[in-house]
Amino acid sequence: MKKLNRRSFIKGGLATTAAAMVVKEKTSAASGDFDNYPEGMGVIVDLTRCVGCRSCEAACNKEQDLPEPAVPFDDFSVFDHMHHGEKRRTDETAYTVVNRYDTPEIDHPLFRKIQCNHCNEPACLTSCFVNAYTKTPEGAVIYNAKVCVGCRTCMVACPFYIPTFKYSSAFTPRIMKCIFCYDTRLKNGQPPACVEACPQEALTFGRRKDVLKIGKQRIRETPGKYVDHIYGEHEVGGTAWMYLSSVPFDKVGFDTHVPKEPIINSVKEFLAMVPMVLTIWPGLFVGFHLLATRKDKVKEMEKEAELKKAKENDEKEEQV
Amino acid sequence: MLRRKTIMRTALALTTGAILFAPGQLLSMEAEDAPETVTIDSLASLYEPVEFNHLMHVDYASCAECHHHTTGVKVADPNCIRCHANTPEGDDVTCVGCHEADRFGKKYLAELDNPVLYHIDKPGLKGAYHLNCIGCHQIIDGPTGCTDCHAMTEAGEKRFNTGEYAPKGGAVSESHH
Repeated sequence: MKKLNRRSFIKGGLATTAAAMVVKEKTSAASGDFDNYPEGMGVIVDLTRCVGCRSCEAACNKEQDLPEPAVPFDDFSVFDHMHHGEKRRTDETAYTVVNRYDTPEIDHPLFRKIQCNHCNEPACLTSCFVNAYTKTPEGAVIYNAKVCVGCRTCMVACPFYIPTFKYSSAFTPRIMKCIFCYDTRLKNGQPPACVEACPQEALTFGRRKDVLKIGKQRIRETPGKYVDHIYGEHEVGGTAWMYLSSVPFDKVGFDTHVPKEPIINSVKEFLAMVPMVLTIWPGLFVGFHLLATRKDKVKEMEKEAELKKAKENDEKEEQV
Repeated sequence: MLRRKTIMRTALALTTGAILFAPGQLLSMEAEDAPETVTIDSLASLYEPVEFNHLMHVDYASCAECHHHTTGVKVADPNCIRCHANTPEGDDVTCVGCHEADRFGKKYLAELDNPVLYHIDKPGLKGAYHLNCIGCHQIIDGPTGCTDCHAMTEAGEKRFNTGEYAPKGGAVSESHH
């Protein structure tokens, strides 16, 4: 086996870093100082309205042609099921799930629907090195299975743990996640199936800027009903799906520690170094190499010159 | 049964009388004008139509609690009074008169472009029904389950994978992570 010395270790490390950065640079250019799509659509989810009827789950299942559920959608025992101490999550059979939260603050349970929040600057998109994700002007974050290589980096990158992997088809990689009904509805200006199905209008659809206004109006005009915060207005740089709640958001399963700026901002500085590294480093190190080896060359030339001189001297002496 | 109805009718007439003689309420509609039952069927597809017993609900709520200001009752909500203290009451007492069946259609999206539109958050017809009914039922312990008010149709059973269309076991489990 080849011995791994310091030089070869550094060489390998540099090469890998450079390769990784070449790939990342592309996505950073696409979403660098992205000013969002002002006409993008959004949904505001009002937890005070949801009654946990699971109509949204049923509608999503049919619209997206997902597999038959394990139990009927009108079976409410699912709210008591825990997987490894965790409430239900999206998986390859469900793009959206509703969970029940019993909070001491109020005398009735609250229900929270989860699905892809369709970030303004999606971390899944940023992390994907084959550009399988697209943020459409309509506001949806869609996914292209044709280019996906199944690395599942998006699953790690997502701050909301939403994309899931279809383990049943590992050889034709497929990420399963809510696409805002983009193909069948959103691009025609229609609301997603879950919104249309909701009897309580707990889901309000419209342009993101408009539903944000609606959320603020509800907070202002019904004092005491809501906490004065819209989850998703600023979280991870803003999301198309946002939430209103009557109790603090951390009491109903929300991660309130996510940054208030896009995930990409935490890697932006690093990404900005990429062009510098790629353009300056090669010249710089070639220069170092030449400098370092120049002495040897000069020495060699001097030696040759000396040898030549000596030879000439010898020849002269012979002639004499 | 008949006797009970007569008693309720009399009670209603008395209540209506009281309302009629209350000052400032002379334009009020009379509860007696209302139909005894209303068949709510315009949205029925996953569920059967609802046979709404209007007469019975008159005992539980004032007209304005469901019909807002459309029955001639003066506006009481301080928020609504800001604009509607002296505006003529709505002349359409039906729910669908204001609450659109096509909730998030193109018309709604266009309306939101109006910068002076105040009612940017008016529920659609389905939302108006359920928010109104379930909201009140939760407070007074009325029925709140989906099939307590309307039976599921076959299309509904298909949608919810229940009844005839319930999963036959061996379905893809939800335990994948």
